[in-house]
Amino acid sequence: MENETKLLAGAMITLSLATAALVVLPFLQLKNVPPPEGLKPYTSEQLRGRQVYMSNGCIACHTQQPSSTGAGVVDSSRGWGRPSVAGDYYYDQPVLLGTMRTGPDLFNIGARQPSVDWQLGHLFQPRAYVPGSIMPAYPFLFEVKDPDNVSKAERVVALPPGTAAEGKVVVARPEALDLVAYLISLNHTYNALTPEQLKYAESRLSPARLKQDDKAEQRQEQAPETK
Amino acid sequence: MNPTAILLATFILSIVGLFFFIWSLRRGMFDDTSSGARTIFTKGEIGQTEEPSADSAQRVRLQGVTDSNERDSGSEEGVSPIELSARIEADRSTAYPVYVMLASAGVWLVVASLAGLLSSLKLHWPDLLTEYAWLSFGRLRTIHLNAVAYGWAPMGTLGLSVWLLPRLLQTPLRGARLVILGAVIWNAALVAGLGGLAVGINAGMEWLEIPWQIGGLFAMGGMLIGLPMALMLGRRKVHHLYVSVWYMGAALFWFPTLYIVAKIPGLHFGVEQGTMNWWFGHNVLGLYYTPISLACVYYFLPKVIGRPIRSYNLSLLGFWTLAFFYGQVGAHHLIGGPIPEWLATLSIVQSMMMLIPVIAFSVNQHLTMVGYFSALKYSPVLRFILFGAIMYTVSSVQGSFEALRTVNAVTHFTHFTVAHAHIGLYGFVTMVIFGGIYFVMPRVLNIPWPKPALITWHFWLVVAGFAVYVITLSIGGILQGLALQDPNVPFMQSVALTIPWLQGRSIGGTLMTLGHLVFVYHIALMTLRVSSVPLDAPVIASQQHTA
Repeated sequence: MENETKLLAGAMITLSLATAALVVLPFLQLKNVPPPEGLKPYTSEQLRGRQVYMSNGCIACHTQQPSSTGAGVVDSSRGWGRPSVAGDYYYDQPVLLGTMRTGPDLFNIGARQPSVDWQLGHLFQPRAYVPGSIMPAYPFLFEVKDPDNVSKAERVVALPPGTAAEGKVVVARPEALDLVAYLISLNHTYNALTPEQLKYAESRLSPARLKQDDKAEQRQEQAPETK
Repeated sequence: MNPTAILLATFILSIVGLFFFIWSLRRGMFDDTSSGARTIFTKGEIGQTEEPSADSAQRVRLQGVTDSNERDSGSEEGVSPIELSARIEADRSTAYPVYVMLASAGVWLVVASLAGLLSSLKLHWPDLLTEYAWLSFGRLRTIHLNAVAYGWAPMGTLGLSVWLLPRLLQTPLRGARLVILGAVIWNAALVAGLGGLAVGINAGMEWLEIPWQIGGLFAMGGMLIGLPMALMLGRRKVHHLYVSVWYMGAALFWFPTLYIVAKIPGLHFGVEQGTMNWWFGHNVLGLYYTPISLACVYYFLPKVIGRPIRSYNLSLLGFWTLAFFYGQVGAHHLIGGPIPEWLATLSIVQSMMMLIPVIAFSVNQHLTMVGYFSALKYSPVLRFILFGAIMYTVSSVQGSFEALRTVNAVTHFTHFTVAHAHIGLYGFVTMVIFGGIYFVMPRVLNIPWPKPALITWHFWLVVAGFAVYVITLSIGGILQGLALQDPNVPFMQSVALTIPWLQGRSIGGTLMTLGHLVFVYHIALMTLRVSSVPLDAPVIASQQHTA
């Protein structure tokens, strides 16, 4: 090759092709996808919690995308929910899909585990709730105090016995409360399809396939209890 | 949007690529006499080895290996003194900026290793050092990734590029101060970025965690480093652009484009942001680290053994197929995700097409090495470079197959992906940078490596550590993936069964970190000129083996 102009022109053409396929086309295809009816915008508390989620790199171990294929085939039976669709992420800026399942998928953690006390205590010491968990404890999101020093506005975390030091109580800092508000907002159990889409989808499914889906749905309904 | 049309277009592109393959095969792909491949040698220099990191005994033996192979050696003609002095001038012009970049790369390597090692330990000791936010797993892992992705790897590869381009274009580097300024800005941005991550300022997307306000400084620093190199193309004194120049030239334009498009604030949204994220994440590997590392292999490997690469046409094919196919593979990170189905299919197809450039490179590299494998005994640089080149093949072939839906079903979301990433960015890119630095530093500082035994220690520590790391984590990842796929296995079991393998990874990581400390200590000794041996081999290649 003797001509650097040709080289660089070629290089930029190939990159443009890639950009067209992976960025521009999805941009055009997805920009008008509306949010599903059941999806609510985040509150400011939840948005602050989302920042805490990002700051602490929760994405390193948790996905927010129950999948339609592959590793996600059993997601619904674990209670993680239906495969997510583009509209589910309408209010997500940035999107936190994640790439690792060192911990469980959190797309529907708010439906599986809606208890604020459980979430707070679990962040303070995951192993007090889930034996064998390798999730880090987040003591820096909490304060350990004497019971006398707790003001009325503060949230004392109800912990399993023996988790906090003797004679002390654990108080959640605002970041912990925000984060838990965000986690509990992660509830995508609404129907993602419009009635027309649902009809179309049903018409495409064979009777045998429909039966399987019924079973999957039943499993999903039972799932919140199994945790 | 018509998915069939998009996929058909892809298919046609692939076919065109294949025709290219066949066409270049017709044109005597295995020719011995390609003038292009000889451009890195001066007249009469073929058959002469250059290995600045070897001691004099090793050099004599290395030359012996080449002498016994290279029958039509032109060394009797004598090496052209004019071309050699041009090379010395090129080396001198880059010494200072290259030292700044490579030394900072070494610092980031240590930072990244410590952050990575502590993260690894925390995965099986989850209550270790949890009271400090900046030492929590999620932040440390991010610091590790960014210290590698924006510290060690770019400073190492840019440093080697700045050193190589003047040699390849036979023109001294002008604007060395701009390069240094660029490197300083880059490093300052990285300090700010990593500090930000430690206190929790994180833009939220993998590989793009450093926010755009700081990212702008990377763009500026990168441009100051890249500009003098781009200007050199116009002033070059060679007619032919060697294969390394294609890779470097393209990568130096690819990376800023990727980064700037990815970081435009407010443009990306929802799932589109996810596809953009992996368009960037995979292309920063495929269109930046990979091409520059390949450029280094294409220079250092032939140079050390004194033999031009065997098939120049094959390297041309490898370059263009990489350029065409690699850019579109990123969506295989989102198979089964909420992205348009055609996009996943497209990326799977292009991932498989990547086998073409990989095989082209591997065949070429093997053909060049045939008959010269004993040179590995005498050349530390060659050991690192060849190890890297082989790991390029391994990680790329593995990556192509990981994109297939059936394989992806098991490996996606598991530690296997992490092991795979380390074969690419460590086994390949990092080992090539090590090799390159061992070659370059004696030229930059004009003294030999003070303690050659440390190079051996470094090599075996990191190779052993890397082997332990990759083997244990790959096994753990596959077991984890199989457990995640089985509805009868409780989730916690998929966690529990990885623990021994995560511990194994920490052992591997410890060995690698020790190796890095040896490496950086060696550079420090060299910088402080703590050396028992004075330089006995001058810079000029022709005098090396006569010494």
